[in-house]
Amino acid sequence: MKLNIKRVIAIIRKEFYQIKRDKRTIAIILLMPIMELLLFGYAASTSVDHISTVVFNNDIGIDSHELLDSFTNSQYFDINYIAYSMSDVQEYIDDGYAKAGIIIPPEYSANIKSGKTTQIQLLVDGSDPTTAQTILQSAGAITQSMAVEITGSRVAINSISQPLDLRSRVWYNPDMSSIKFNVPGLIGVILQTVTLMLTSFSIVREREKGTLEQLIVTPISKMELMIGKIIPYVIIGFIDIVLALALSVFWFRVSVAGSILLLLFFSVIFLFSALGVGLLISTVSKSQLQAMQLSMFMIMPNILLSGYMFPREAMPKIIQVISNIFPLTYFIKVLRGIILKGNGFSSLKVEFLILVIFGMAVLSMATVKFKKRID
Amino acid sequence: MGNAIEIKHLTRKFGKFTAVNDVSFNVKKGEVFGFLGPNGSGKTTVIRMLMGLISPTSGKGKVLGYDIAKDNDKIKEEIGYMSQKFSLYEDLTVEENLDFYGGIYGLSKDKLAIKKKEILKMADLKGREKMITSNLSGGWKQRLALGCAIIHEPKILFLDEPTGGVDPIARRNFWDLIYKLSEEGVTILVTTHYMDEAEHCNTIGFIYYGNLLTLDTPNNMREKAIDGDIIEIKVNDTLKTIEILKTKDKVREASVYGAGVHALVETDLPLTELEHYLIKHEIGLSSIKKVKPSLEDVFIFLVNEENKNVAP
Repeated sequence: MKLNIKRVIAIIRKEFYQIKRDKRTIAIILLMPIMELLLFGYAASTSVDHISTVVFNNDIGIDSHELLDSFTNSQYFDINYIAYSMSDVQEYIDDGYAKAGIIIPPEYSANIKSGKTTQIQLLVDGSDPTTAQTILQSAGAITQSMAVEITGSRVAINSISQPLDLRSRVWYNPDMSSIKFNVPGLIGVILQTVTLMLTSFSIVREREKGTLEQLIVTPISKMELMIGKIIPYVIIGFIDIVLALALSVFWFRVSVAGSILLLLFFSVIFLFSALGVGLLISTVSKSQLQAMQLSMFMIMPNILLSGYMFPREAMPKIIQVISNIFPLTYFIKVLRGIILKGNGFSSLKVEFLILVIFGMAVLSMATVKFKKRID
Repeated sequence: MGNAIEIKHLTRKFGKFTAVNDVSFNVKKGEVFGFLGPNGSGKTTVIRMLMGLISPTSGKGKVLGYDIAKDNDKIKEEIGYMSQKFSLYEDLTVEENLDFYGGIYGLSKDKLAIKKKEILKMADLKGREKMITSNLSGGWKQRLALGCAIIHEPKILFLDEPTGGVDPIARRNFWDLIYKLSEEGVTILVTTHYMDEAEHCNTIGFIYYGNLLTLDTPNNMREKAIDGDIIEIKVNDTLKTIEILKTKDKVREASVYGAGVHALVETDLPLTELEHYLIKHEIGLSSIKKVKPSLEDVFIFLVNEENKNVAP
């Protein structure tokens, strides 16, 4: 098939003129990435800290204050309320003022001094499992280290060593901050959503307005039309990825561990797949409404199954298999790999191949499906 | 001079519905060929088949010697098309629309500059190059659409109801442009349902429910197509007159025409006999005379004949 560059350029220029004059499109291009990144970056955060806590301290010794200090110093717990009875504690938690309650028995300091085992009670509001999980884990860790400290001072006297000692280190995201984990995936989701929304209208709109019929009677080939339609959105997608990256780095302080160039390169590869899907939707849709519905239909499973929201490892086998057909699944892997782990190209070869093959497949499907006839 | 378009036994069915039924005709190079018929009669389908937008169910067609079934791409280089919808990009300026179609047809920079100047002058759009197309009035949009359709100097121009939704003065101006193009040697195939526009054409084909009923020059059509005389009767009560006329033998057809009534009568019915008949039935005549049939008369006649053929 011959390719007339003049025709392709004519289409590209026309698309840009149209984008330039459409305020809604510009809003989608510029505001959507910023808004989604801010909204999801903050709202979808699963890290919980500064948990409002109520304390009922029956002990009068110094040791209980040391324990409570280590709770507050951890940043996980804010001791906002002091209770004077068990029913007080219950009230604070029932009414939602506190998510956790710490109850220290009267004999606490005395027991510590005399080397006896002592108990403290932790009450947790379990209605939100994520928060409850964090409370349990961090409280466990705090008491554990406190216990080690206390035994440590005794060990020095009795010289008994611990039989097992687990030293764990978390790699790539040592603070296990959910923003760091979310942002790379979010960049993928944003890119997918913006490009799908823009391209899914691009052909069906011309069909509705009648300009497509006019185009079909010109000598333009399908290939020329498709390429002309794609290039502007590749450029726009590229602008969006740079915007989203800048926001991640400078606002969310998520540093890119790997090569930014490699990241941009993969983004372009991914864009072709995302745009191909959009164009395919646009060619098979009969109206803009239909195109809208189809893209919504695509966006939801993409967000839910690509591993952006929920770990794919936790999904049933069949869902995992389904999620394999979304290019976003691979792109998110690439994004996390490069941004968090600093992966180089050699670790991402498989994803590269799959994205390229997928892109070529959907683009040729869209071209084949597009008929230069109207019957 | 040869033929720009030749079609033989062209048929197109959509499911069980036959949109175009065994239509054959030729269009000579450089003529203005009018395709006339009511809405939904198959005019657009014929044009779309000629341009390769729709494939024919059966039959053959040639445009500029190229086969419409095989040489679509060659045909598309040589034709211009303008539809009723004036398929312009409404959010682009006048100049951007011209640039776009110039680019699509692969015009060189110099050529495009020359053509743009020409078209802006022709369409009276000079000074409005930077106007957004959606802000133009109907007549301007129409002329811009024509300009976009002829920017690559096509040999044939297809106009599908090009004057729909445009005021009468703009319509007149538009036809002046069509004539100019025709004088320059462009073959024009235009569909319309305006009878006065049909008069502008060199040849008219009348299509009705997919069938080509007649094909001739407007003059010949008026003289030969009707078997009988047209009597124009000026009266006050047209509807009553039509009812009375229908009871008279040798009156084949009667219908409202302008402010009066046109009756189609057999040639051996004397005018005086008809006049007496109407007076006897208390019709207050202001005038009654034999007139040359108009195209409208011809089409009413043809449609009625066709319906009679189909009915039994």
